[in-house]
Amino acid sequence: MKEQSPKQSGAIGEPMNRVDGRLKVTGAAKYSAEYELPGLVHGVLVGSTITKGTIKSIDTRQAERAPGVLAVITYLNSPKVPGFAERDHPAEPPTAGQPLRVFHDNKVLFNDQPIAIVVADTLERARYAASLVKTQYDQDKHQTNLEANLDKGFLPVQAKKNPKSPLADYQRGEVDAYKNGATKLEAEYVIPTEMHNPMELQAIIAHWEAPDKLTVYDKTQAVMGTQRAFAKDWGIPEANVKVIATFVGGAFGNGLHNWPHETAAIIAAKKTGRPVKVVLTREQMFTMVGYRPYTWQKIGMSATPDGKLTAITHESVGQTSSYEQFTESTLQQTRMMYTSPNVTTRYRIASLDVSTPIWMRGPGEATGAFALESAIDEMAYAVNMDPLEFRVRNHTDTDPDNGKPWSTKYLKECFQMGAERIGWKNRKQQPGAVRAGDWLVGYGMGVGTFGAHRGAATVRARLQKNGQLVLQSATTDIGPGTGTAMVQIAATTLGMPPEKITFQLGNSTFPQAPSQGGSSTVNTVGAAVQDACIALRKKLQQLASATPNGAAFNAAKPEDIVISEGHLSLASDKLAKAAYADLLKQNNEAEVEVVTESKPGNDRDKYSMYSYSVHFVQVHVHPLTGEVRVKKIISCADAGTIINQKTAGNQMMGGAVGGIGMALTEGAVIDDRFGRYVTKDLADYHVPVHADAPNMEFAFVNKPDPHVNALGTKGIGEIAIIGMAPAIANAVFNATGKRIRELPITPDKLI
Amino acid sequence: MNQFQYVRPTKQKAAIDALAKDANAQIIAGGTNLIDLMKRGVMAPQKLVDINKLPLNKIERDGSNTRIGALALNGVVAEDKLVLEKHPLLAQALNAGASAQLRNMATVGGNMLQRTRCHYFYDTALPCNKREPGSGCGALEGFNRMHAIFGFSDKCIAVHPSDMSVALVALDATVLVSGPKGDRRIPFIDFHRLPGDTPQKDTNLEPGELITAVDIPDAPFTKNVHYLKVRERASYAFALVSVAAALNIENNTIKDARLAMGGVAHKPWRLTEAEKSLVGKPATEETFRQAAEVAMRGAKAFKYNQYKLKLAPNSIVQALKTAAAVA
Repeated sequence: MKEQSPKQSGAIGEPMNRVDGRLKVTGAAKYSAEYELPGLVHGVLVGSTITKGTIKSIDTRQAERAPGVLAVITYLNSPKVPGFAERDHPAEPPTAGQPLRVFHDNKVLFNDQPIAIVVADTLERARYAASLVKTQYDQDKHQTNLEANLDKGFLPVQAKKNPKSPLADYQRGEVDAYKNGATKLEAEYVIPTEMHNPMELQAIIAHWEAPDKLTVYDKTQAVMGTQRAFAKDWGIPEANVKVIATFVGGAFGNGLHNWPHETAAIIAAKKTGRPVKVVLTREQMFTMVGYRPYTWQKIGMSATPDGKLTAITHESVGQTSSYEQFTESTLQQTRMMYTSPNVTTRYRIASLDVSTPIWMRGPGEATGAFALESAIDEMAYAVNMDPLEFRVRNHTDTDPDNGKPWSTKYLKECFQMGAERIGWKNRKQQPGAVRAGDWLVGYGMGVGTFGAHRGAATVRARLQKNGQLVLQSATTDIGPGTGTAMVQIAATTLGMPPEKITFQLGNSTFPQAPSQGGSSTVNTVGAAVQDACIALRKKLQQLASATPNGAAFNAAKPEDIVISEGHLSLASDKLAKAAYADLLKQNNEAEVEVVTESKPGNDRDKYSMYSYSVHFVQVHVHPLTGEVRVKKIISCADAGTIINQKTAGNQMMGGAVGGIGMALTEGAVIDDRFGRYVTKDLADYHVPVHADAPNMEFAFVNKPDPHVNALGTKGIGEIAIIGMAPAIANAVFNATGKRIRELPITPDKLI
Repeated sequence: MNQFQYVRPTKQKAAIDALAKDANAQIIAGGTNLIDLMKRGVMAPQKLVDINKLPLNKIERDGSNTRIGALALNGVVAEDKLVLEKHPLLAQALNAGASAQLRNMATVGGNMLQRTRCHYFYDTALPCNKREPGSGCGALEGFNRMHAIFGFSDKCIAVHPSDMSVALVALDATVLVSGPKGDRRIPFIDFHRLPGDTPQKDTNLEPGELITAVDIPDAPFTKNVHYLKVRERASYAFALVSVAAALNIENNTIKDARLAMGGVAHKPWRLTEAEKSLVGKPATEETFRQAAEVAMRGAKAFKYNQYKLKLAPNSIVQALKTAAAVA
């Protein structure tokens, strides 16, 4: 594209501009709600106003008579979804249990559960008619408060079935050994429910192109997972379900599950025979698309007087719904980050009358790290040691969880880079010892880690006659710049200019790829792009061998082959050239294509693979008003090879801002009397604004991990936020001497 | 939202007629609050009277007053030379409100008529006496973190959300209104109401009355002023507590003072007793602490807003310190 500023080679690591940047800033990028289909109509969901019980009566007559209304669908007249009746598990949810069966029966399982959809010719008419649906309920007593139900926490079904599940109780050394420690602490931590609140509201257009053929333009992080789910729901072949998610305007995890509004739109499209668009309201984003669950944690920790950890016990109870068992790896960091010979972890979930949570950036780990890294800081103070020194002293060179070597670990390098950049030496151990005018100054740090996951993916690489390379894979891009990274990987592998390469994603008809989640897309799809490009190069080499200059190509090493304007050449021999036209003629095709599948190897059995981040922050706290201002953030990451310094920095920045929100401003509150959220818009639920984001610097170790994939990547998205909230909480302690263990750290907690 | 009629009169009289004729008519100017409320079904006017064509957006001198038209935009007023010179406290308060985009739409009259941001008012599935008289107050025993510590009733404990109004009440402004019975002037301090038994009534405007302007008298509060807004993020959030402080200091002695708080009552909360306690005293932290103590007399908190009993006096002290440039 023209806007790519002067001569970008697209080499791996280069801070190349986003390939779709222009489309996004000019509004040309099409998001799910923006497709214009002939005959499109609008659906508006009606939510329950009770939390638990049954619908006694639902009067839709007035709504049906309202202008422009095509249908009002409830459990009484909904087309039956075949999968709902046939299976316990119609859609194989990403977590155990039974996803909500939309309009299936008269049961109400959480407040604002969709109980009807009104379809009309315009959005405003649908919205107005939705206000006319009158419902009466038989109400049951509900539970929406986790802390009042901690005693009902239970072991998730996966852990019951399999004692080796990461969700099962874990023991290294002695049970709860901290109780006998020389210096010990015991503390409870609470994080409130946090909402993903991406800028783009969840949206879908559902279109039955034939009675057994469904196309959805759907905001999702998993086009293939969504395809499978809806095929099972409706009892049709997967190939008959087409899922398009070319652009996703942020998701942070809430596109990793299929939600009631999607099924409601599909039902409405079935009923009306028209394409139906449903866009959630901001308030519905709090109840219909998941959230980071309210979680209670307790840590017991002990250390020797000279700062060696002797034991950690970490327990957590997170909330889930009454119908699905949502789980996340809250306690993993505690098992593997520090040398402690004795570690006990106990993970529980408690069912409440709420909608189902879903993974939110740094899922589990961000929650667990708040408790762990706060406790580490507290323990460092208890033994009167600099918290950085304390972490170095308890650093581990092998994985204490399983005894395996790390694939790579450059955490100490991160410590050093960050400490220098933040000016850690200016920190005083004594809280409240540094001031800037009226404000108290504090320094804090926190460590984050996340598994360097890799899955299987398939990529199609097609070199066209015009010299353009088109790559396809059914992954998505929720904002990290996936397409840009893939173009750079291809450009580097093939020696091609990036503007000749297009990476297409977000379409279930493309070759298989997993969801975009768990910081694994570059690890997985990036590796597959690299493999596809290598396969393409080999194929081209074979074809070139048969051209007039063939001998040179035949003998060449594959990496010697350069794909340039209109022809193949050799880096080592400028005279060796083969025109595409000739190659394609050889191939009797208009193009040369390869489709390759890539999978992780068995290094996974031999090594423990993690990305690491260290966040250093400086905060100012006002002693009279309790306001906290984050003044500086330095995050350093060991994320393996960095494909694009700019987009990698963007990810770190987004995670840092998310971490500020987690630490200082975000928390969704339910009024338990009603079971209903009372902070459910962007005025009451405070995501950070620009003025909350300080100067931020990000640094990467940028050393390859040879065991995750051949690119050497480990993943960035999650570690950008994991450990940030405790870094801020620890800085607040350093400024004020107040240890806040319940997020968010709002002014009332500090005065 | 419901279907509604829409009229856009070009004459003030026509606007007043349109309002007076129809009890269910609402004025729309910037629409930054009303449209939200209509989308959520909290307000459902049958008729919108768009007053943007009325010539009410001037900022001008009128004798020893600055007169600001009701349709002057918040963003324009905050940048106006006259306002910055004569009433810098007002400019500070305006800039503390909302976001640049909203300030560019919101009008002075509309700002005064903002509805509360109480969660229970905003959700039609929950009880609220202000939205639906007789349905109960959801906040009284609910999530009342943002709620009043002064002047509430057992019917309503909501707070007024405006920043601008806190400065205007401190600056002894007067609201100019025009209605079916003619024109009248309402002292700003009497413009908003306490909830009492009729929390559905936010102001003392009579049916059919239109705000035309606000008058601010000249006063020697041009140098030692400060609007402090304490909130949960650095911008674009409603105040936990805000303080408008204006001092006239000569030879380190306070000759006159104006003080008001936001986020603590159903109306912008003028602190006249605290003002009196400041006069004649040296501009010191000790003086400010004593004034804060006077200001807090009679305050009472609920389950989740106990912190305001400490945050409010602390904020008064800090606002006065900043106004007086006392370190």
